[in-house]
Amino acid sequence: MWRDAALVAGKDLRIEARSRVATNQVAPFAMLVLVLFAFALDPNRGALKQAAGGLYWVAVLFSALLAVQRSAGIEAGDRDQLRMSGLDPAGVFLGKAGAVAAQLLALEVLLALGVVVLYDARIASVALVVAACLLATVGLAAAGTLYATLSAGVKVRDTLLPLLLLPVAAPVLLAATEAWQAALAGHPGDGTEWLEILGAFAAVYVAFGVVGYGALMEEA
Amino acid sequence: MTVPRWVTRVLALGAVAFGAAAAIDGLWVMGPTAEQGDYSRLLVVHPPVATLAYVGFGITALASVLYLVPRTRRREWDLLAGASAEVGLVFCGLTLITGSIWGRPVWGVWWTWDARLTAEALLFALFLGYLALRRIPAAEHVRARRSAVAAIIATLDIPIDHYATSWWQTLHQGSSIDLLQPDKHLDTAHNVGLALGFVALTLAFAWLLVHRYRVEKLEARYEDEGLAAALADRQAEGRVEVPV
Repeated sequence: MWRDAALVAGKDLRIEARSRVATNQVAPFAMLVLVLFAFALDPNRGALKQAAGGLYWVAVLFSALLAVQRSAGIEAGDRDQLRMSGLDPAGVFLGKAGAVAAQLLALEVLLALGVVVLYDARIASVALVVAACLLATVGLAAAGTLYATLSAGVKVRDTLLPLLLLPVAAPVLLAATEAWQAALAGHPGDGTEWLEILGAFAAVYVAFGVVGYGALMEEA
Repeated sequence: MTVPRWVTRVLALGAVAFGAAAAIDGLWVMGPTAEQGDYSRLLVVHPPVATLAYVGFGITALASVLYLVPRTRRREWDLLAGASAEVGLVFCGLTLITGSIWGRPVWGVWWTWDARLTAEALLFALFLGYLALRRIPAAEHVRARRSAVAAIIATLDIPIDHYATSWWQTLHQGSSIDLLQPDKHLDTAHNVGLALGFVALTLAFAWLLVHRYRVEKLEARYEDEGLAAALADRQAEGRVEVPV
């Protein structure tokens, strides 16, 4: 399973690295979202700094939509080949989710720099921020990979995926934002219970993906 | 899995009869309460529809699991999941609407970002997405498997949602129902009204579910037989009628 996961993750990441869509389109899009928030909320009133955690995670969520859609799009045309390859479905799931998670983590580092520079946010507790990012990313990548596979190959997938994924990801947005606000405010103690939620979300969706991905792969 | 016709008739008649009794109790027998005045009469409707929304989504989740497990896989489970999600969504919408109507005079706002309200709204969005997925044209078993997985993903989200949002400050009142001490929060007329409301709406829920399930079955049959029937019609057009 782990070997299959590494193979699939390596393949997806190589495709992303060669196509450069993640670096040339998704990352600039995420930064653009940060800039748009600055237009929407007057930067001089301090609103940006106060809401930095929430805005950061909304930007991550939008970028995650793009990332999982691309990840599922790789096999959209020829999912049969992936099925015929004899790879363990659980391994395929872990690999695809892992590749998405790796991209998201890179994006989150970039966005965190953006929030610090553009919104003048000061991260008081780096450990809490890193922990929140790791757990939230695993959860988002797992749930996103499941839903993206569900809606892959469907004509209306571009509009369907946000409708499906955003409500499911709402607890991640909430908990990660609260953890970040605690970290920005310098009260890391307030963030630990939100980390538990992020951890539970990640565990539930990784577990379900490992068990249930086979059902999605055997279709069509 | 077919439900005989007399069952739906009994369900419908029961729903109307208990509904009328609940309305009489709720409108005339119940007095206004000290804290909430006339608005406490919504007790007859709001807790039952909220509970039945959960029941509907619960049936969807259970049927989806049964569909995904190869040993119990039957098309009927998929049809039941779809029918139940739709009826559940209607009750979920009614919960939001009746709650909103009650919230305006009692809390002073139509909507507030309270934990329970937010979780309920997310639940509505989750199953709206599920139904959107069901509407997508695909081969029957593909669609069934996809929607079953989507239903389980959505259901797994409910407890997480619940815990995430319940750590917010909550404005929604605690439960007024205490089965061991029915008179703890409510007087007899309110308890009777609540019970009548539960029975009436549960019967209505079951009635809607059975009918929706029948329609799902007919739609499935139409999908299966529609093409064959259309082909037969076209062939019949071409056949020359020979007068006897």
